[in-house]
Amino acid sequence: MSVYQRPVKLFWWLEKRSYVIFVLRELSSVFIAWFVVFLLLLVNAIGDGAASYQTFVDWSGQWWVVAINVIAFLFVLLHTVTWFALAPRAMVIKMRGTRVPAQGVVAAHYLAWFVLSAVVAWVVLR
Amino acid sequence: MNHRRSPEPFLWMLFSSGGMVAALMVPILLFLFGIAIPLDLWSPAPAHLLAVLRNPITRLVLFGLCVLALFHWAHRFRYTLYDGLQLKRYAGPIVVLCYGGAVAGSVIAAALLATV
Amino acid sequence: MADEITLEVARYRPGVDAEPVMQQYQVPLREHWAILDGLTYIKDQLDGTLSFRWSCRMGICGSCGMTVNGEPQLSCATFLTDYAPGPIRVEPLRNFPVIRDLVVDIDDFMTKLPTVKPWVIRDVDEPVEAGEYLQTPEELDDYKQFSMCLNCMLCYSACPVYSLDQDFIGPAAIALAQRYNLDSRDEGAEERRAVLTSPEGIWACTFVGECSAACPKGVDPAGAIQRYKLTAATQSIKELLMPRIKR
Repeated sequence: MSVYQRPVKLFWWLEKRSYVIFVLRELSSVFIAWFVVFLLLLVNAIGDGAASYQTFVDWSGQWWVVAINVIAFLFVLLHTVTWFALAPRAMVIKMRGTRVPAQGVVAAHYLAWFVLSAVVAWVVLR
Repeated sequence: MNHRRSPEPFLWMLFSSGGMVAALMVPILLFLFGIAIPLDLWSPAPAHLLAVLRNPITRLVLFGLCVLALFHWAHRFRYTLYDGLQLKRYAGPIVVLCYGGAVAGSVIAAALLATV
Repeated sequence: MADEITLEVARYRPGVDAEPVMQQYQVPLREHWAILDGLTYIKDQLDGTLSFRWSCRMGICGSCGMTVNGEPQLSCATFLTDYAPGPIRVEPLRNFPVIRDLVVDIDDFMTKLPTVKPWVIRDVDEPVEAGEYLQTPEELDDYKQFSMCLNCMLCYSACPVYSLDQDFIGPAAIALAQRYNLDSRDEGAEERRAVLTSPEGIWACTFVGECSAACPKGVDPAGAIQRYKLTAATQSIKELLMPRIKR
């Protein structure tokens, strides 16, 4: 008796909106890796002195580098937002016997993000 | 009970920690150094940035960020290739490319941050 | 409201069809009719050769899972009026081999389920005279959500990892393992560990989350899997750092 197996298309994830968002979320990791590369180039530039740092700033001010970084920034935001949204599903935290509601866990993440970002901005820009 | 020691739990832990650290720290850093400063919204003095960078805490934090973020990418990208492009049959080379890349990046990060 | 609605139903006759063929039927559009009622009408009045599974008609037995307009649904729990004016496309549950028409082969799941030992395991069983195992409402809450699983397999149908790799143990099996791991009466977490932490266990999951979106009972298998990833990873690290500590 022959059973039928439906074949899976190569780009199966284009067929449904939730799958597309999932793949975009996964691709955000590429832009996280790009950031590490960019950061190390920056560290190298700072370490080589004021002139080399200025050269780096000029280079990263070119329209195509800015474009890449804007796109990267959007993907990195996607990573953060989806990561925080999924966090309560992965960790069940109990305080005094009752489960902390999902919104509480998410809010704590956003608070930490805000505080950390403020600290970093202050350290860099003061 | 002896379990055949698989690297998966450790790789997942690196992925997970990397994801959290990246989520918290990458947006602000990318915004500042990738967009705001190149577009001249702010201009911190190079001497100040060097002083911040040379601080041992900064070196440690940035090193941790680089290592964890790279291993986050490695693990996630590996599975993206498996599932998104159905390349699981090339698991061997993919594992080497991804985690090897993360290790190489970590070594470079260590070298740069130690000697800046 | 119109009188009728069109159901486009996948027909597959083994040995006759190379692949499923869509056949159209006009069924009455009644306000309280589910897709299952439409299929029953077809079988009773229009075409007795149509095959499909069903049992309780009330969303508790898990028999009637199908793909409705591309989404995994219980045919008894989705209503014709939700899709009016139609047509409604009814296909067999995806990711399972199709035996005939809307009937799929679920042996894969039936084989996998016992491997996670979905029953209370005790190191030592208390004698009957000792009485019942007592459990507080808080202890019940710890696992209750995962006990709601009907084994309907909509989650397997929604899972892209399972569609690509049928060796993946799958959402429901892991959620059911967690139902027992988190049960205060159970002492069998170690026994389930090998199967769950194999490469085709939890580590193949990439938290797409479609399984939880498809689940008609709010089990959240994706959440169960992620929680167990953390448990298993933490345990592996502890064993690496402190190998002599008895679990």
